[in-house]
Amino acid sequence: MASGLYDPRYEHDACGVAFVARLHGPASHEILQSGITAIENLFHRGATGADPETGDGAGILLQMPDELYRGVLDADLPPAGRYGVAMCFLPDDPERRSELEALLERTVVAEGQRVIGWREVPVSLSSAGASARACAPAIRQLFVAAADGLPGTAGEAGGQDAFERKLFVIRRVAEQAAPDLVVASLSSRTVVYKGMLTSLQLSDFYGDLQDPRAKTRLALVHSRFSTNTFPSWELAHPYRMVAHNGEINTLMGNVNWMRARESSLRCEPFGDDMAKLLPIVRPGLSDSATFDSVLELLVLGGRSIEHAAMMMVPSAWQHNPELAPELRDFYAYHACLMEPWDGPAAIAFSDGRTVGATLDRNGLRPGRWVLTKGGDVLLASEAGVLPIREADIEVKGRLHPGRLFMADLQSGRLEADRQAERRVAARRPYGAWYREHVVNLDDLPARPPRVPRTEPLRARQLAFGFTQEDLRVLLGPMARDAVEPTGSMGNDVALAVLSDRQPALFNYFKQLFAQVTNPAIDPIREKLVMSLATAVGSERNLFEETPEHARQLVMPQPVLRNHELEKVRRVDPSVFETHTLDITWPVSEGADGMARALDRVCAEGQEAIERGVCVLVLSDRNVGTERAPVPSLLATAAVHHHLVREGTRLRAGLIVESGEPREIHHVATLIGYGASAVNPYLLFESIDELHDEGKLDGDTTIEEAEARVVTAIGKGLLKVISKMGISTIQSYCGAQIFEAVGLEPELVERHFTGTASRIGGVGLDVLARETLDRHGRAYPENKNDMLPVGGIYQWRRGGEFHGWNPDTISLLQHSVRNGNGNGDGDGADARVKYEEFATLVNDEAVKRSTLRGLMRLRLAPEPIALGEVEPAKEIVKRFSSGGMSLGALSPEAHETLAVAMNRLGARSNTGEGGEDEARNRDERRSAIKQVASGRFGVTIDYLVNADQIQIKVAQGAKPGEGGQLPGHKVDRYIARLRHSTPGVGLISPPPHHDIYSIEDLKQLIYDLRTANRDARISVKLVSEVGVGTVAAGVAKANADHVTIAGHDGGTGASPQASIQHAGIPWEIGLAETQQTLLQQDLRSRILVEADGQMRTGRDVVIAALLGADEFGFSTAPLVATGCIMMRVCHLNTCPVGIATQDPVLRERFRGKPEHVINYLFLVAEEVRGLMAALGVRTMDELVGRADLLEVDDAIDHWKARGVDLEKVLSFPDVAEGAPRRRVRGPEPVLDDALDWELIDAAAPALERGERVELERPLRNVNRAVGGLLSSEVARTHGAAGLAEETIQVRFCGSAGQSFGAWLAPGVSFTLQGDANDYTGKGMSGGVLAVMPPQGHTYSAQDNVIVGNTVLYGATSGRAFFCGLAGERFAVRNSGVLAVVEGLGDHGCEYMTGGRVVVLGSTGRNFAAGMSGGVAYVLDEEGAFPARCNMELVDFEEIGPDEEIELRGLIAEHAQRTGSPVAERVLSSWESLLPRFVKVMPRDYKRALAELAAEGDGVVSRQAPAGGIAMRDSPRAPASPEPADATQA
Amino acid sequence: MGELGSFIRVTRHGFDKRDPRERVHDYRRYFDLPDEEELRAQGGRCMDCGIPFCHEGCPLGNLIPDWNDLVYRGDWHEALEQLHATNPFPEFTGLICPAPCESACVLDINDDPVTIEMIELAIAERGWQEGWIVPRAPRERSGQTVGVVGSGPAGLAVAAELNKRGHEVTVYERDEGPGGLLRFGVPDAKLEKPVIDRRVALMEAEGVRFAYGVDAGRDPSADELRARHDALVIAIGSRVHRDLEVPGRELQEVHYAMDYLYQRNRAVAQMNGRPAPAPEHPISAAGRRLVVVGGGDTGMDCISNAIREGAASTRMLDVYPELPPDGRPAGTPWPLPPKRTLTTYALDEGGEREWGTQVIELVGDEAGRVREVRARQVTGTSSRDLRSVPGSEFSEPADLVLIAIGFSHPEHEGLVEQLGVDLDRRGNVKAPTYETSEAGIFACGDARMGQALVVTAIAEGRKCARIVDRHLTGRAGQAREEVILGALADEELTHLLREEAETAGSVAPGDAFFAPPR
Repeated sequence: MASGLYDPRYEHDACGVAFVARLHGPASHEILQSGITAIENLFHRGATGADPETGDGAGILLQMPDELYRGVLDADLPPAGRYGVAMCFLPDDPERRSELEALLERTVVAEGQRVIGWREVPVSLSSAGASARACAPAIRQLFVAAADGLPGTAGEAGGQDAFERKLFVIRRVAEQAAPDLVVASLSSRTVVYKGMLTSLQLSDFYGDLQDPRAKTRLALVHSRFSTNTFPSWELAHPYRMVAHNGEINTLMGNVNWMRARESSLRCEPFGDDMAKLLPIVRPGLSDSATFDSVLELLVLGGRSIEHAAMMMVPSAWQHNPELAPELRDFYAYHACLMEPWDGPAAIAFSDGRTVGATLDRNGLRPGRWVLTKGGDVLLASEAGVLPIREADIEVKGRLHPGRLFMADLQSGRLEADRQAERRVAARRPYGAWYREHVVNLDDLPARPPRVPRTEPLRARQLAFGFTQEDLRVLLGPMARDAVEPTGSMGNDVALAVLSDRQPALFNYFKQLFAQVTNPAIDPIREKLVMSLATAVGSERNLFEETPEHARQLVMPQPVLRNHELEKVRRVDPSVFETHTLDITWPVSEGADGMARALDRVCAEGQEAIERGVCVLVLSDRNVGTERAPVPSLLATAAVHHHLVREGTRLRAGLIVESGEPREIHHVATLIGYGASAVNPYLLFESIDELHDEGKLDGDTTIEEAEARVVTAIGKGLLKVISKMGISTIQSYCGAQIFEAVGLEPELVERHFTGTASRIGGVGLDVLARETLDRHGRAYPENKNDMLPVGGIYQWRRGGEFHGWNPDTISLLQHSVRNGNGNGDGDGADARVKYEEFATLVNDEAVKRSTLRGLMRLRLAPEPIALGEVEPAKEIVKRFSSGGMSLGALSPEAHETLAVAMNRLGARSNTGEGGEDEARNRDERRSAIKQVASGRFGVTIDYLVNADQIQIKVAQGAKPGEGGQLPGHKVDRYIARLRHSTPGVGLISPPPHHDIYSIEDLKQLIYDLRTANRDARISVKLVSEVGVGTVAAGVAKANADHVTIAGHDGGTGASPQASIQHAGIPWEIGLAETQQTLLQQDLRSRILVEADGQMRTGRDVVIAALLGADEFGFSTAPLVATGCIMMRVCHLNTCPVGIATQDPVLRERFRGKPEHVINYLFLVAEEVRGLMAALGVRTMDELVGRADLLEVDDAIDHWKARGVDLEKVLSFPDVAEGAPRRRVRGPEPVLDDALDWELIDAAAPALERGERVELERPLRNVNRAVGGLLSSEVARTHGAAGLAEETIQVRFCGSAGQSFGAWLAPGVSFTLQGDANDYTGKGMSGGVLAVMPPQGHTYSAQDNVIVGNTVLYGATSGRAFFCGLAGERFAVRNSGVLAVVEGLGDHGCEYMTGGRVVVLGSTGRNFAAGMSGGVAYVLDEEGAFPARCNMELVDFEEIGPDEEIELRGLIAEHAQRTGSPVAERVLSSWESLLPRFVKVMPRDYKRALAELAAEGDGVVSRQAPAGGIAMRDSPRAPASPEPADATQA
Repeated sequence: MGELGSFIRVTRHGFDKRDPRERVHDYRRYFDLPDEEELRAQGGRCMDCGIPFCHEGCPLGNLIPDWNDLVYRGDWHEALEQLHATNPFPEFTGLICPAPCESACVLDINDDPVTIEMIELAIAERGWQEGWIVPRAPRERSGQTVGVVGSGPAGLAVAAELNKRGHEVTVYERDEGPGGLLRFGVPDAKLEKPVIDRRVALMEAEGVRFAYGVDAGRDPSADELRARHDALVIAIGSRVHRDLEVPGRELQEVHYAMDYLYQRNRAVAQMNGRPAPAPEHPISAAGRRLVVVGGGDTGMDCISNAIREGAASTRMLDVYPELPPDGRPAGTPWPLPPKRTLTTYALDEGGEREWGTQVIELVGDEAGRVREVRARQVTGTSSRDLRSVPGSEFSEPADLVLIAIGFSHPEHEGLVEQLGVDLDRRGNVKAPTYETSEAGIFACGDARMGQALVVTAIAEGRKCARIVDRHLTGRAGQAREEVILGALADEELTHLLREEAETAGSVAPGDAFFAPPR
């Protein structure tokens, strides 16, 4: 189904999942019905495509409904357990169908079992949507009887397992014979009913599900939200054993490793059948289906389902001191057997006898459960999906990160608190086995490093392509500071495939990153889930457990220093056999020699393994006058894939000893393509040189310098893997989380198998040629040779090409200072200068560095008159400026952009930093209000004052990463806008903590719609493979607008590796988006914007032709106002006053709105000229006309020859006249919101400020309750809102997600019941209280009352929760006062203000990244200190003022919720007060002290003289004034 | 690099200049370097720009941010290495370059630029003082010989570079010593001649031969030179004066500025004990009212000399309009170098400049000696769009008029004609890639480009040397150095890389070739 740039491999799902089970008692139809009800109440988590009646998928897994089948089937069925049912989705075509049926029957017979017969499953086609009907399969069941000879005939224990295995073999054999055969389930224990349905249609569609004879003790249900809606019945969940909510990020690696394991798989129960099962993983399966296949294999192979789940999704065990030792041992041992399947996941699974669920190690998906007194268990993605009387509830809980929740229907046992894990861990003496056999690198005998000083350093540096810049910008700082250096602005250098500077092969690989469908991780603040540990050795048969399985060489991290590599290489052969492969080739053989060398290396590696070698060292140490090095990444990937194909890969580990790697990205790619460890020896030798030359800090020893480099690379690697949401290097190894840009398909297919490479490019010949060029530079050697300058990070003459260079910058600046060519100022000169600029950019800069430079416009034979083309003043309305925060930018620069964009009728973007309320009243108001992960300054008032709300999911310069505003840029004004403290640095988390999946995004869009129902909701994405499918998901999640940014976008601060190596050009991402949206008929309802190094009208026209309606400009407008690409935004020293808060430098700002206006008008005029030449009159007609683009064959760059833009320029096969641009909006979603009733009823309050008291019931389907109401308050009363408690609402029931979102001042909610995730999101001054309902009998303080990510980004107000909260309570809170009785992991993460009182225990990693506010934790057990992340905080005494505050908050908690805990604390105040731990961020304390010393000066902006001319409008007032209602 | 934010705290401190009242009594250098501490602080002002416009503004592509930082850190030796990497004669440019780098310095947008030139000089002087600058003769000789005609900055640069590459180089100089206009045009107040001698001595020690008083093209003849050398480089400068075409030009005491400067420089040489021929027709400003026509550095140098001779008055008439107070005329916004500066050493010493003034007539006395200069006010920013201001005519008394309005092209008679090389339409030797229409004959510097800055001439010489080297050795793989050092301009680089790619087999001859960026 792949076409153009769209490839179904990159589809993603997320969803609602639930199960219901009865621990005791007989099967019943009631359980089935409960399952159906649960899934119906999760409807909002699913999605529909362009056809609203067609769902992405819904399904249910049941125990075998024996009574039903006996009742409906004519044939005699054997006893339950002795027959199995194949649920088949067969093609409509009768001929093919009977072929497949015959195949299945034949296979049953061949495997010695008996065919009973076929049954037509009764379905009601009319219940499905039109698109689903169009591709509906024939759904038939094949009944299979167990052979008489099979063990267990007489009910022998385990007999059914043998039958299950046979059924599995039958399915696998048939599937391999016919790839189009879909068997949804084939088991004697369970059956799956599923389809391309909405959750509401499921039971209507399948008559069986309504039949009272359909009885079960468990029902596992799933409602799917896919980014795509290509017809697929198969992709609905549950699969054979699992229903999955989440994503396996490491899938590619897991699949490769499984494939590599196949040759060593021996399984006694399967015996000779094993061979029939291969390949284990069918090609092209989704991540969930692949996971299901492997889990099923492990379970049928003899492990319990919980054991298998623990192997595949291990807990984060390395850094958890609270984990029981036997569990650590279990995980350590099993790490030698299998790499983790890493990614956010809530996985519910069942083998028909037990049902369970687990969460990923970081707890990134929700799961809430209830056990009734009657022994029914309900687990679901959210609370409240089934109506259960409070009095019946025994206990409520939630899934915990990396922990199992197991219900055993045979024994009636429920295990929720690691009992299951401990049971499994006790099976074998794993710890003893592990300790006995594992080899630690540190324990190996020391060896001196190999120093063949025959070749001088300089020559080798040249041969490997080192530059002066590598030493100065990367290596030096790493050796001095142990961190990767930071940079700023964007990446405007040539793509590797267009570069004549012999870029390293690494540079062709772009890091992939998480966006929307899975979250990136913060490897610093959440390092407890991260692990750099790596191991090499020979892996053994997966189905066995022996002590020898632990025989692995374990290293704490994957970068080996030179002497460490020697330890490994020269290890005693009785411990490990190692072999070094020479990856150099004789220069005399010329370029062709490289291919021969690769073949030789692969073959030699294979032979070595057959000899018993288990560590292969790929080495280019032999480089010299006569030998050139194969690019180390090529050698590594080639050997890795060769061995995978040979089936021997797991018998040896790969270690790379190369002079080439010198950047974090280099090491990451090597690991990503199979290296377990890397020894970048030349990097270390270069460090030694820097040391010897005194270029490092005076007293640093070589030892220290090298250790710092290792630390820096380790940190950088964690950053790289975490941006994809991967936690462990072990699972990153071989996971190929890259997209190749500019490599030939054959090369990629052979050596980088499975990597996306969509535009073709260079092959082995060019890589060899460039290697020889580098080599030729080094030999014959010349002692005085200098290294090349580099010129990547800073422009240099003779360095890498930059789009922004002295010529383009000065020409642009000269042009805009002379008017806009439209009669303003000295226009003629402006046009001349602009034309020079545009010519330079279009003909040189763009051609030499970007893909669009390889394209040509197909001009019309007869151009139309310029006068007929849409005027420039209309075109500029499609322009917006990029999200550059106030904070990153100076107020002067930020306001200049806003004023310019407003005067043009275009839009400026606040960026992530809030905006002064005062600006909403004049032309300094930004039309686009950005909502990013830090939620800085995101209040209801901010949101109400937007024309567009942009959810920044990713940023071109650093996709998958959060931001930082260094403390020195946080002055009083910035701090006020961001609700933070002056001088304290601010951190934006890498992910939005309310978007871990696509259905979360849908929820956030819903939440934002409630905040401002008139604003367009936009989602900003960054180009990478699969961005089109994500964009489709965004459209389905109801957004109005999507921005596709290129990899080259700018930043105020980012690690260099991210600026350079993450993301891909927007040309590909935009085209993929357009093609995917068109194919799914979604393009008509969403606007598309392109963004990333837009500089000229030609850029705009090409973006429009590839599918953009709108265009974002960031760097260019800054250049117009005076930016000269200093790239010091992160240092606060911008000499032109743009990216600085230093008042002295801000005075130097010379930009004027006119500069930006002139520039954008000149761009628009260029656009018009091109439109005339194309013969197109309006932009609307231009959008999506990819047919007007062609490859410019006049460009014959010797490297670019292999580039093939056909996929980029292709047009999907859709109906003639299908709209290529947005012609309508998304479906309305707010019509049924509960808030409308509240608004009506609150009219007296809204209109006259009168007090209103209301009561309402609610259910989990009522989402974001309070959002619309708060929006109304802000709209009518501004930021100050209403007087406290003006609108009081009492609710009862289970509240849906985002309860109390944006709650405005004067609104007070009380909920009796419970609430789900995101409660109190963005609270802006209201009051929230949640308590158990009347009649509950459980202990409130032990029960979960609110979900995960509560009070995210809240800025002010108060919140009280009588019970426990989930993970990330009060994340990014900047002002709310909250009381809660216990919480999960990562509490108060990134908090910058407010107070949090915890009257109970916390999870781990409390206060990570907390830079402001105060937390008080009642630590009666003394467990808290170990769970608190002390990096930024201290524990302090509670002073007298604080005691009053604390006591007041607890008293209010007691009063509002009736909390017994609060009562107890208050009554024993004197004795319990000392048990409170006060958590105080250090920076915050220092800043408060400084502020106190300065006195409470007016917190307003110090406007320097010479700022922009806004003097007639009032400056920011000292405190926010209530906005005049009539003005709002 | 540098000290973060130091540019905010440290103000520009340039050369320490001697008091004009005192310095006009001698011919010694009128400025000096501040102490090391100050120099390092000044180096620290460099902001290590993302785009170092200075590096682009410098015709040599000097690695300015790199050595600024090294000076800041006190690593003078490494700074010298980095400086020499692109500039063979940093003491020349450090002394007399008008520093287009400083005009392009990002600090010049809204502050005072880094004292790049001063730091350059300091590095070079430090190198000489410490004995780091020593002869480095090539390890091997190619056995091929090159004749370089002209020992101005371009000729010296091409000679030094070719010698490094192992070729035997002989430099032919018509005058009695090396340096061309460096020696005979520039006064000692700016460039004391031993500075040239020191560098030339070093080149001699490295193997370059110099032949003075040799009028190439006459004796030896062009043919003889061709026969003598495997390659010949024309580096004769642009010495045909532009003339002032007004009535009265023929009057006595109306001279070309360069004739006066030659005499003054020779006079100073004699004063300092160096041999120099005496003038046939002495020109003196002593006690006279001098009017200099033309507002460039040559004119300024005339004034400074005249003041030292004891002129009664010194006045300069410049056609260009008055500079705005920030010194940045609209036509040359940052980062372009302005053609004039607000002040110069000669003005500080008492010279006066009249802006926007066009000479219309020279009026003499009955003896045929010039007595006054008649002129008028004009407006306009270039010589093509001058408009006279009606009624603005005035007279300026003058006993001596020096014409300093530039040069047209190199001398054609003699060498150029004999060699038969093509000329471009401005009369310069046509050599787009330094190679002339005649095989084995190359040209660089002002002879090729028309008059330009010393720094441009040095850059020309360096680039030309690489082309000559390729010609002599046929060696591929050299363009990499040009790439590394950024020494080549666009079109040349394209040409070279194309050749290289063809040699390497990356492109077939005749195939389209997409040139790489600079």
